[in-house]
Amino acid sequence: MNGVVQLVALLLISLMPLRVAAQEAVALFGDGATRITLRSTADITIIRPVMERFVAENTDLSVSYEQWGSNDLFANSRDACDGSAAPADAVFSSAVHHMVWLVNAACAGSYQSPATSALPLTRRWRDELWGITEEPAVIIYNKKAIGDADAPQDRFALLDLMRTKPEFLRGKIATYDIDASGLGYLFAHSDSHEATTFGAMLEAFARVEAIATCCSADIIRGVAEGRFLIAYNVLGSYVESDLNPAVGVILPEDYTLILSRGFMIPKNARHKDEAGRLLDFLLSAEAQRILSNIGLVTAKDPSESGLLPSARRVIAISPALLVALDRNKRERMFSLWDKAFEIYNIP
Amino acid sequence: MAERRSATRSLATGVLRAVFLLLILGGVLVAGSTWYNGRQAARQAYDRVLLGAASDIAESIRILDGRPFVDLPVSAFELLAQAPDDRIYYSVRDPNGELITGLENTTVAAFEASHRIDPVFHDAQLQEEAARFVQVTRRFAERDFSGEVIVTVGQTLRARKSMALNLMIDALVPVALAGIALLVIAYFVIRSAVRPLEALSADLLKRDPYDLTPMPTDGLPRELQVMLDAMNRFMQRLERQLDAMRNLISDTAHQLRTPVAAIRVQAETIVEQEDEVARERTLARLLTRTRSLGGLLDQLLSRALVIHRTDSAPRRPLDLREVALDIVENRDHELLAPEAEVRLIIGEEPVMVMADEFSLGQAAKNLFVNALKHGVPPVAIGTEMSNGEAALWVQDAGPGPKPEVSSRLGQRFERSDRSREDSTGLGLSIVDAVASAFGGRVEMETKQDGFRVSLLLPSVSDRGEGRK
Repeated sequence: MNGVVQLVALLLISLMPLRVAAQEAVALFGDGATRITLRSTADITIIRPVMERFVAENTDLSVSYEQWGSNDLFANSRDACDGSAAPADAVFSSAVHHMVWLVNAACAGSYQSPATSALPLTRRWRDELWGITEEPAVIIYNKKAIGDADAPQDRFALLDLMRTKPEFLRGKIATYDIDASGLGYLFAHSDSHEATTFGAMLEAFARVEAIATCCSADIIRGVAEGRFLIAYNVLGSYVESDLNPAVGVILPEDYTLILSRGFMIPKNARHKDEAGRLLDFLLSAEAQRILSNIGLVTAKDPSESGLLPSARRVIAISPALLVALDRNKRERMFSLWDKAFEIYNIP
Repeated sequence: MAERRSATRSLATGVLRAVFLLLILGGVLVAGSTWYNGRQAARQAYDRVLLGAASDIAESIRILDGRPFVDLPVSAFELLAQAPDDRIYYSVRDPNGELITGLENTTVAAFEASHRIDPVFHDAQLQEEAARFVQVTRRFAERDFSGEVIVTVGQTLRARKSMALNLMIDALVPVALAGIALLVIAYFVIRSAVRPLEALSADLLKRDPYDLTPMPTDGLPRELQVMLDAMNRFMQRLERQLDAMRNLISDTAHQLRTPVAAIRVQAETIVEQEDEVARERTLARLLTRTRSLGGLLDQLLSRALVIHRTDSAPRRPLDLREVALDIVENRDHELLAPEAEVRLIIGEEPVMVMADEFSLGQAAKNLFVNALKHGVPPVAIGTEMSNGEAALWVQDAGPGPKPEVSSRLGQRFERSDRSREDSTGLGLSIVDAVASAFGGRVEMETKQDGFRVSLLLPSVSDRGEGRK
């Protein structure tokens, strides 16, 4: 196989000074002469089939795939923007509000092709940022502990469950830590604007001593193992990719946030044209089919996804996402959040 | 001819080109004005959006624990997203200029923080891109905080530019279509306007070069009629000249043949004559013949000259009194009829006409000489004005010619039976030709005290002379 994977253990990180942003893992795909650097928040294991297909079709290219935490990637991209860090050739992040901020700060280069022009307006901005995927934010639950019949199908049911069975759920509900996860923050921000249930949810979370923690994989594993019974606002794609019979997935019926990961070509990227080719590939029907297979693109058809069109809330890639990064807004969100959660680190 | 037409520019092409240039010029002007208007409209529309967003943000400021706190409304940004592809800047600053919230690392050209409460718009750069900013001030007077909080919102200009462009294109497309329609209409109008001209040229091309009859002017545009009338007049003059020449030649031939034959016969008789007395008599007759022939030649030439001049010599204002005076002062009559009494009857006022002095002088002289020859003295010559006509008349005390003669008077070579040997019958025909050449006529009347012949011409006022 030409997909030589290099998983780099994070030994180096402990040697580096604190707070220096760095990738979590690196993988090299293909052996083409021109190597493009892609910095992404998607797990290498999940994205692998897409990347392998890309280098198979573009034999002159190879992709150095760097997996980053969303906040670190944001910091790195900002540094790259003002020249204090080496720029990537493309950035692919689930924290689209970061990407919007970067585009607004003139850190992105422009690219246009028939594929990008075909995107709906909610999935592109200024021809500098494009939404590649469609991934739902879901509720997952441990099937052994909670029967399918009892599983909350929407937020109201979840609220009711937390009110009626607080002891059962105490310490057993998990969600992203919004401080550690850019994506978690984006979901919380979107929830806060989507419905008044958000306040009630925070209150209820506080009552049952919910756990805010980091990283999809850990949360999903926790639910599968029964350490958590319910996890709220988990990225559906991660659940589907390591589909575990013990884990049930719910697309909330009141509304389901749909995230479109943002793809950006930094303005000082060295291989802009190649990055554009990668973008066109990711938007191609073939890549979209692979992404759909690995759960990064949900089916639009309600009969397949079990999601009514009226419940779809696409997080539009628009300057309105700048609000998510507003200083006062964050301050307020964190103060609300901190009241509700105690930070819990998975051992 | 066809070659020359293609080499020189055709009238229709010239006019069409002018129309085209005019339309292009108009189009450029309209484009400029719509561009300007579109830009104004776009600026107004998006300035409102900007102001709306800034006011929205200003409205969301609250005082929390003694400091301003901004609960940034998403609606403000959704409003700004009306310009979907534009970058945004926003900042909220406290009275000391410290950032409360906003995009901090964004580089915005500094501008004078004004302390006006009404919104202030200004243009500046936003990350090296032209952008428009608005500044809204909100005043607080709370127990724990008072002062002005300044909200600044800015946006790049992409949406404005594209709106301005779209407005311009929307306005220009109908104008362009109208322009094309006008051009097409102009083409047909010009074609139809030029068609009579083309028909005329075709007519002229077909025409026999010796055909001097007038061109028909019916149904032609007025401008063409003027041209054609001028041309017709020219052709008429040409024809008259040709006629005059023909007349002169035929007259000369006709008139000279008989006297010259008579002179030859008499000369032969003299050669053969042996009788001294008879020879003397024949010689005297020969002398009379040659004298008469000389007079005839004079008259013929004079008439030819008069007819030529009336067509070609420029017309000048002329006082008829001077013509009459010249005749009397020349004293030709003393030679013709020394015993005759001659009178000059002219008034104080000038009697002005437009004519050629020589021709008029010849006409007057002929009238005068006729009266002396055929009339009964005393002979009077005079001028007068009657009914806007200027008249030069000659009157004698005789009864005038018989009616059947006077009706034919003025025709060439019409001699009365009283005509003497040296009369040519050309005198009155000269007068007649002069009269008609200058738009007048000849009138004869038998008065109680004699017979009068008048040359009547249209008079011109003194002012006409003065203008010259």
